[in-house]
Amino acid sequence: MDRAATAERIGALIAPFNKKGVAITDASTFSGDLEFDSLTVMDFVAAIEDEFDIIISMNQQAEIETYGQLVDAVVKLQG
Amino acid sequence: MTDTTAKGDLFDKFQPIIDLRAGLLASGVEDPFGLVMEKVLSPTTAICNGRETILLGTYNYMGMTFDPDVIDAGKQALDDFGAGTTGSRVLNGTYAGHKAVEEALCEFYAMDHAMVFSTGYQANLGIISTIAGKGDYIVLDIDSHASIWDGCKMGDAEVVPFKHNDIEAMEKRLKRIPEGAGKLVILEGVYSMMGDIAPLKEMIAVAKAHGAMVLVDEAHSMGFIGPNGRGVAEDQGVLDDVDFVIGTFSKSVGTVGGFCVSNHPKFEIMRLVCRPYVFTASLPPSVVATAATSIRKLMHAGNKRAHLWENSRTLHAGLKERGFQLGTDSPQSAIISVIMPDLERGAAMWEALLKEGLYVNLARPPATPANMTLLRCSLCAEHSAEQVQTIIGMFERAGKATGII
Repeated sequence: MDRAATAERIGALIAPFNKKGVAITDASTFSGDLEFDSLTVMDFVAAIEDEFDIIISMNQQAEIETYGQLVDAVVKLQG
Repeated sequence: MTDTTAKGDLFDKFQPIIDLRAGLLASGVEDPFGLVMEKVLSPTTAICNGRETILLGTYNYMGMTFDPDVIDAGKQALDDFGAGTTGSRVLNGTYAGHKAVEEALCEFYAMDHAMVFSTGYQANLGIISTIAGKGDYIVLDIDSHASIWDGCKMGDAEVVPFKHNDIEAMEKRLKRIPEGAGKLVILEGVYSMMGDIAPLKEMIAVAKAHGAMVLVDEAHSMGFIGPNGRGVAEDQGVLDDVDFVIGTFSKSVGTVGGFCVSNHPKFEIMRLVCRPYVFTASLPPSVVATAATSIRKLMHAGNKRAHLWENSRTLHAGLKERGFQLGTDSPQSAIISVIMPDLERGAAMWEALLKEGLYVNLARPPATPANMTLLRCSLCAEHSAEQVQTIIGMFERAGKATGII
């Protein structure tokens, strides 16, 4: 799946977690702009893992700070 | 004098918790994390901050801390072997008592190998970081104890958490692990924050079906769950499928120390490759002597176990009836967790209970699941039926005084 298609599916998944309705760009950070706490991160990651049938380990999550980095990582993890 | 406004103060990262604590204390409550026990009268009572207090927040589940045989064994070992070993287990720190307590553990669990660490924290840290290395995958419950997380962080394995006690979520993650990678599933028998147990029978079956090794932390179940007190895995009939059981001496056993028991044929090599085992001093002779004596007594503690379960059922029913919100629908362990609306009211309730003469544990995020504030009650086999009724009365008065019920 190409980046645009992946981004579109992630965009649909993030909506219920984006409680403040922040306008998301590739530069948006999860802890800063989106104010995700650790529980939200867990539920959001689980939703993405299930959608794409991938694993995003804690080690990989530690490298992902922005929305753009997440999309890139999911593209890569799908192989 | 340190200029705390200077740039680059490494303590800046602690400011939010410094502020939280200051705010809590400014409201006038006694410091929930600064309690001092001036005198310990028995496994269930102490003088705390000048008041005689019933202890309902220790992990002294089986009340072994003042057992006369246990005390005698410790005193004898102090006389015979001295105050400490001043050495690593693999150098000069293995005394007869260390071998004896490992033999007692092998008998207690009916397993081939036992390895004793200086604390339970180190047992998890050591075993997990050593057996799951680079390229391996650890699949673990999101509500795992800090020592498990720290063991994961210290090793180089890929760490994959799943939703608490969710069998399907665990299986999905196991299925996605690349072919040929080593897999370790980490579970706990009793989760100590809410006092709930894991569906180990189902979870271990799934783990085994996917070729994973299984480690179960039974710290909060040893001595009173299962027909022989071996824990939740024994109670659910799946102990034979557990590759590594992690446990502690600082709960039912009544002293300090940690251990791993296993039937793995190559287990003994861990003594040479596990750094938290090698690079620390071994337990003092008196500690291993008290532990060995206590473990052997726990093998024959059927009546105490029965009384502890009675206490757990009575307290659970009593608090539920009075309108408290509890962590579990039914009593599943010796921990009864009372859910507080927020930290402020939780601290107020904690203080009201202390003034009534009752000590419970105040637990707050990040130690708790779902950012909850909890008053955690842990029962002891030495709590009398009357004490449990007294405790329920104290909860009722404190709960009404603080508006919790």
